[in-house]
Amino acid sequence: MLKITNLHAKVGKREILKGIDLEINAGEVHAIMGPNGSGKSTLAQVLAGRDVYVVTEGEVTYLGQDLLAMAPEDRARLGVFMAFQYPVEIPGVNNLYFLRSAVNAIRKQQGLEELDAMDFLQQARAKMKLLDMDDTLINRSVNEGFSGGEKKRNEIFQMAILEPKLAILDETDSGLDIDALRIVAQGVNAQRSPERAIIVVTHYQRLLNYIVPDFVHVLSEGRIVKSGGKELALELEDKGYGWVEEEAVAT
Amino acid sequence: MIAVKEKQDFYLSSFLERERKLAGSDQDWVVNLRRDAIERFAELGFPTTKHEEWRFTNISALVATPFEPAAPVESATVASQLAPSPFADLGCPRLVFLNGRYTPELSHPLPAGVKAGSLRAALAEGSPALERQLTRYAHFQKHPFVALNTAFMEDGALVEITKDAVLEKPIYLLYVSVPDGKPAVTHPRNLILAGRGAQATVIEGYLSLETRNSKLETRNSKSESRNPEPQAGDQNQEPSFEFRVSNFGKTTYFTNAVTELVADEGAIVNHYKLEQESESAFHIATLVFHQARSSTVNTCTIQFGGRLVREEVRNVLDGEGAESTFNGLYVISGEQHVDNHTTLDHAQPHCASREFYKGVLDGHAHAVFNGRIIVRQDAQKTDSKQSNKNLLLSADAVIDSKPQLEIYADDVKCTHGATIGQVDQEAVFYLRSRGIGLEDARALLVQAFASDIIGRVKYEPLATRLRDSLLARLAK
Repeated sequence: MLKITNLHAKVGKREILKGIDLEINAGEVHAIMGPNGSGKSTLAQVLAGRDVYVVTEGEVTYLGQDLLAMAPEDRARLGVFMAFQYPVEIPGVNNLYFLRSAVNAIRKQQGLEELDAMDFLQQARAKMKLLDMDDTLINRSVNEGFSGGEKKRNEIFQMAILEPKLAILDETDSGLDIDALRIVAQGVNAQRSPERAIIVVTHYQRLLNYIVPDFVHVLSEGRIVKSGGKELALELEDKGYGWVEEEAVAT
Repeated sequence: MIAVKEKQDFYLSSFLERERKLAGSDQDWVVNLRRDAIERFAELGFPTTKHEEWRFTNISALVATPFEPAAPVESATVASQLAPSPFADLGCPRLVFLNGRYTPELSHPLPAGVKAGSLRAALAEGSPALERQLTRYAHFQKHPFVALNTAFMEDGALVEITKDAVLEKPIYLLYVSVPDGKPAVTHPRNLILAGRGAQATVIEGYLSLETRNSKLETRNSKSESRNPEPQAGDQNQEPSFEFRVSNFGKTTYFTNAVTELVADEGAIVNHYKLEQESESAFHIATLVFHQARSSTVNTCTIQFGGRLVREEVRNVLDGEGAESTFNGLYVISGEQHVDNHTTLDHAQPHCASREFYKGVLDGHAHAVFNGRIIVRQDAQKTDSKQSNKNLLLSADAVIDSKPQLEIYADDVKCTHGATIGQVDQEAVFYLRSRGIGLEDARALLVQAFASDIIGRVKYEPLATRLRDSLLARLAK
């Protein structure tokens, strides 16, 4: 589904991604781990299309198409979804209205009929239960006044509504207590499917106890230095990132 | 064109010519009032940008245009053209003024608890009560446009809300300008008196039959300049009012309005001012409020139209425990210029005021906000907040925002703030990452910004029309 080849990206003058190679197939869950500053979030945002990051080299193919040539909304309409690390607050834009607009933009792309407010509300309510969200959250503006945990749950709620093909979770666990973490993980796990690929970007191994990955990649200084199965995460937990970096230097 | 040194003379000779035909010409007090006013106007002259209060607003184009009194209009020709306008009917009783003249055929009967009618008729009668109230608070000593209005006022609304009356629906004062190809001026004059304990909503609307607001660009790139072509009206039928021009030319008109609103003890008045003039029009308005103890006056000014708009809103909180809110929203683009100069005067203790103006500017639009708060020496425990927020959608839009606090008491709470910003790029990206297109995302955010003020409009039919009107301006 997704093929990243020799991806280099910079922000301002600073090069952050220094040659990423990665292949992701439908049905797979990939964890991207690494120390702070390794480029994890940058990778996520480059895939989502944040233009602050400039791609200087490399290619990304999504469903056989050039992803980097697409505007962010076009990527979303083809099924790419990123759960933000720091979801922005948008006062004055109603949560439900915004989501329905998003859903309809995607449905339009797929040649489906738009959902009216009532139909949408029904679907939304069902998914809200999944993430233990109460009704009031929906009538508020996007993320306005939400606690950190509520914001992250809102991201996964959106994922549940938009049903993406490729979901990128950017440090979805940061700032969450164990209960919120469990709910969020449950929400993500409920969306695992053979047609869907999920990239979990995380600093800590703990999330991966709940969202068990098929593959784990370790990012260090803008490159993937080690890949493995879910056991790699446990090894990292045990030995720390330093160990991987030493290994990388040695080879 | 009028030569520079003849600026005031033009209006003076116009006054001398028409004095005898003006309303109330057989009432001594009215005649004297008008004469005092025109004399004062002659002494003051038109303000220039050398005057501090007019520093950012250049009215030389207005001054140079020979505005003649607007001609009377047949209501029959206008009724069908007025009907489709979104602000023609707000679902409440309305008094309609065509080119400044009260038009009973298009107006509605009023509910119990309120007497409202043509000021012209009231001037002709000239009651002592009117003599006492009219111009009591809208002084023209220092205000040339108020002086001009007082000299030339012909008609407007006289609204008296009975003590303790609670009006279920707003009263809508609708002023419609009908341009006919010659620069024309009207001087609407409103006097609104809310008796003790009365509760009412009054809406003032100013439209023209050719109002068509220019679009707001939502593209990221610099907006293009717009120069619409003049379209000829139909030659073979009755004059069509469907033309517009890109300069001050054919269809320019000048509205010089003064409204005095007095709230007696315990009265609660919600006031809305809707400025939807044509984009070749000048609109100069003075709103003067006066509050007695424990009264509440909430006023909300919405400015979408006009080429050059100057709104002066003044309120004196003249009794303990009075409360006032000034809300404003201006949404302008192209070459529009909107200047809001407000004054909130805390004359007595324990009064609270809130002022919240927001602006959306695109194209080469220019907005001015000057919010003056005076807290007099005796006004202890004053609680005042002022905020002006502006959203600039283009690189050429300009806002001049200035708070002006004059505080003479020592136990008060006064805060003020102003922001000037652009559309939040993070928010735009967030929306795009969910599949919402760039232009739709920006439009959504502009609406969200404005929804703050529109959300404060308590009369839902008006709020809905404002939302739709804004949406229409953002649509492709």
